[in-house]
Amino acid sequence: MIAIPYLTALTTYFSYGLLFVFGQVRDFFRKIIDWWSASNLQGYAPICLGLEDFYIRRLYLRIQDCFNRPIASAPDAWFDVVERYSNDYNKTLKLTKKTSRCLNLGSYNYLGFAASDEYCTPRAIETLKKYSPSTCSSRVDGGTTNLHNELEECVANFVGKPAAIVFGMGYVTNSAILPVLMGKGGLIVSDSLNHNSIVNGARGSGARVCVFQHNTPAHLEEVLREKIAEGQPRTRRPWKKIIVIVEGIYSMEGELCKLPEIIAICKKYKAYTYLDEAHSIGAVGKTGRGVCELLGVDTADVDIMMGTFTKSFGSCGGYIAGSKELIQYLKYTCPAHLYATSISPPAAQQIICAIKVLLGEDGSNRGAQKLARIRENSNFFRSELQKMGFEVLGDNDSPVMPIMLYNPAKIPAFSRECLKQNVAVVTVAFPATPLLLARARICISASHTREDLIKALEVFGRVGDLVGIKYFPAQPKKAEAEEERLLKVD
Amino acid sequence: MSSSVMDIVNATVDWVTATLDAPSSRAVIFGFPIGGHLFVEVLLFLVIVYLFSQNSYRPPRRPLTEQERDELCEEWVPDPLIPSITDEMLYEPPVLESAAGPHTIINGKEVVNFASANYLGLIGHEKLLESCNSALEKYGVGSCGPRGFYGTIDVHLDCEARIANFLGTPDSILYSYGLSTMFSAIPAFAKKGDIIVVDEGVHWGIQNGLHLSRSTIKYFKHNDMEDLRKILEELTSNKKSERVKKLRRYIVVEAVYQNSGQIAPLDKIVELKEKYKFRVLLDESNSFGVLGKSGRGLTEYCGIPVEKIDIITAAMGHALATEGGFCTGSARVTDHQRLSSSGYVFSASLPPYLASAAITAIDILEENPGLITKLKKNIAILWKGLSGIQGLSFASSPESPIVFLRLEKADSVKSELQLKLLQDIANRLLKEHSIFVVASKKSTLDKCRLPLGIRLFVSAGHTESDLLKAAASLKDVAELVLKDHI
Repeated sequence: MIAIPYLTALTTYFSYGLLFVFGQVRDFFRKIIDWWSASNLQGYAPICLGLEDFYIRRLYLRIQDCFNRPIASAPDAWFDVVERYSNDYNKTLKLTKKTSRCLNLGSYNYLGFAASDEYCTPRAIETLKKYSPSTCSSRVDGGTTNLHNELEECVANFVGKPAAIVFGMGYVTNSAILPVLMGKGGLIVSDSLNHNSIVNGARGSGARVCVFQHNTPAHLEEVLREKIAEGQPRTRRPWKKIIVIVEGIYSMEGELCKLPEIIAICKKYKAYTYLDEAHSIGAVGKTGRGVCELLGVDTADVDIMMGTFTKSFGSCGGYIAGSKELIQYLKYTCPAHLYATSISPPAAQQIICAIKVLLGEDGSNRGAQKLARIRENSNFFRSELQKMGFEVLGDNDSPVMPIMLYNPAKIPAFSRECLKQNVAVVTVAFPATPLLLARARICISASHTREDLIKALEVFGRVGDLVGIKYFPAQPKKAEAEEERLLKVD
Repeated sequence: MSSSVMDIVNATVDWVTATLDAPSSRAVIFGFPIGGHLFVEVLLFLVIVYLFSQNSYRPPRRPLTEQERDELCEEWVPDPLIPSITDEMLYEPPVLESAAGPHTIINGKEVVNFASANYLGLIGHEKLLESCNSALEKYGVGSCGPRGFYGTIDVHLDCEARIANFLGTPDSILYSYGLSTMFSAIPAFAKKGDIIVVDEGVHWGIQNGLHLSRSTIKYFKHNDMEDLRKILEELTSNKKSERVKKLRRYIVVEAVYQNSGQIAPLDKIVELKEKYKFRVLLDESNSFGVLGKSGRGLTEYCGIPVEKIDIITAAMGHALATEGGFCTGSARVTDHQRLSSSGYVFSASLPPYLASAAITAIDILEENPGLITKLKKNIAILWKGLSGIQGLSFASSPESPIVFLRLEKADSVKSELQLKLLQDIANRLLKEHSIFVVASKKSTLDKCRLPLGIRLFVSAGHTESDLLKAAASLKDVAELVLKDHI
């Protein structure tokens, strides 16, 4: 858990309070002005009600230049960020023709497949010529090509499950599968920090949803015991089935799931397990097979394995891997399989090629190198950040590392200062995180070189002092020197 | 001093006792003289105090003991994760061995493809491939991030501007998947308590969006304007109407219904919308690039200015022969989605090469209005060819690019048998006549109750002989398969 310093919490609350009051005052004057000018609603209710977009209008717009930054190149280790300017205090942003070359610490390009790749890209282009960019049809109608079947086989083989089904979008994978698996009388036990697609899928399923404390197996056990003993609310019937949903790496926390403990508990209580490996597949594990491999869990113990191709594989779409029967059933009734356009053939080819590279089937050891590099890079960067006194969340080996910022004013300050020095970072605030726990999130890639990372650390060091986010004392110089000596030896 | 106080106290106590006891000093209870009633009062008082000190009656609380919980957990037997697999679940779709163009290869045999919504025949178009090719080389395949976090690539912005420019709207917003467009856009604008009036034939993406919005949902009969009017009247006329006025109210319709091929009468809907002050959400997935003189969709087809429709969504996996979807409307509508629409905020952005394909597809469409006339002509040829078909009847509108044939006697045939018959027709057509059509399938989650049927997506890429051959073969096969059901 994140222990926020008392003083910081106070100042953060104060800042938000101030922003809220100012926003309200501005809304008040806005209302008076609007009252004078004729209403254009003509009897309709406003499309955004009162406070619904207050946050956007009065808080987000002030710092919107830190988000949605357009880029003009592939999201590789270095990319071109398009410069923008505003003439109306950030209300609207205008693009310029100018770009600045920045170090990319924001994209989910864990294995460096985002840019064109010597093995994947020519094959993707070949596929484009053969199959065109789209099939214009759903999988169950006329959208299944040889390539789609090959992809499913390849994915099933890679994640270590008997069968797999693929979809054209990761978000849809979660939100269309859960309603198929669960329904009335079922119980979904979900980690409190699960991704929005899982939340929406669970909501769409009609099953009861309850939440356990983030990554706390003990609390999961408590919840399961209580819920099984209680049965369904009101009718007290026993639950039809229970499914526990966890993520491999939590994208906003950088934490690895405590999978072995959770699997053991699920087994004990006969709950099904659903593992979302959106960020972990390809990125962790000795051969890139995700958290199961990293934490030594047998994939046979996980009932449903879900993942996306957007991150490590540099493509798009998502998959579900499981038993043959499960996949057969999903192919029979999953709406995303029946109604949605099948995954674009070049994207499918990219995934197949990326997996081949990882497995060394392309005839080189690039895959192994990439995997080794991302691990080294991540662990190096994390330990250096910690040494500098930043509050870094997450576990070792995880390529995602959030740096806590807390105060709302520090969000744009950190982001803008870093960008000035050509380092592009992602800052995350409410609603993606709790109000108090704003953070910057670093995603490390295998395509970063040691020099890139050292440059980033230098910039962070300077900006961190300027913005005041080194919440811990820095490690004594002596140890640092020692460390440096060791690095040189490396 | 103290003794005098004591004296006074004693005297008072004596006096009080005497006064209280005086009336009953000679009382005798059960034969005993009790020397006053104070004794009884004290007793009663004690009883009252005792009763007050007791807790009020509650059923005894006995929480489950750990052992009992263990037993319950031990005894609980979950249902299997999925029902057991039956034969009907084993359907395997035909596998394409080439691009899904108007002609494609299945099992090594060239077939005429009516299963892809490739309305303009853009699959395999040289310009489209060229633009994808250069985008792939420049940007790679994926965007590796959601729009907010460096997943916004300049082609996305160009594509949004191109779509808005083409349709004449202020702005548009790109989604990375067609299916997610509607089910993200609806919950962004409708919340608990809001009212949505919706056609009962809408596809699953919309149904899911409605469910996620938690709004009050009223269905009207498929494409029945009288029923829509009745429902709108009902909603706005009664006593609650004052309250209703403060709620957001929407009508959700599809331009061309995927589940029936019917075209929505937009002029009528706009009339009703303006009368009853509802906003309209229009899904143009199957009409964008198809209907209207220049392919601008149902608004152009019905001669309605596009500003009158509040929110338009469309999937790009049909006429544009790419993937993803977009939503367009006023700047307020698009801007609001950029932070409030879950499928936009929480999902990786559209692969840049698909965005660039969409731009090129619109360019091609604008440069070649002939494609739309060709498509119209093709639809007319197929209709003419299919006229007089036995056992099946047209469910779709004559100008719709989806030609939807449903069983004529659908009511007398069980629904499982219906799908079997339709699938049989499709299988025979593919095997014996090299015509690839599909029987529409329905997910168990789909709440749409419109009848199933044979669905043909007409393309501008089909030749006249393709269409005539398909029509003739379909007639033959339908007659053969449905001879017992005519």
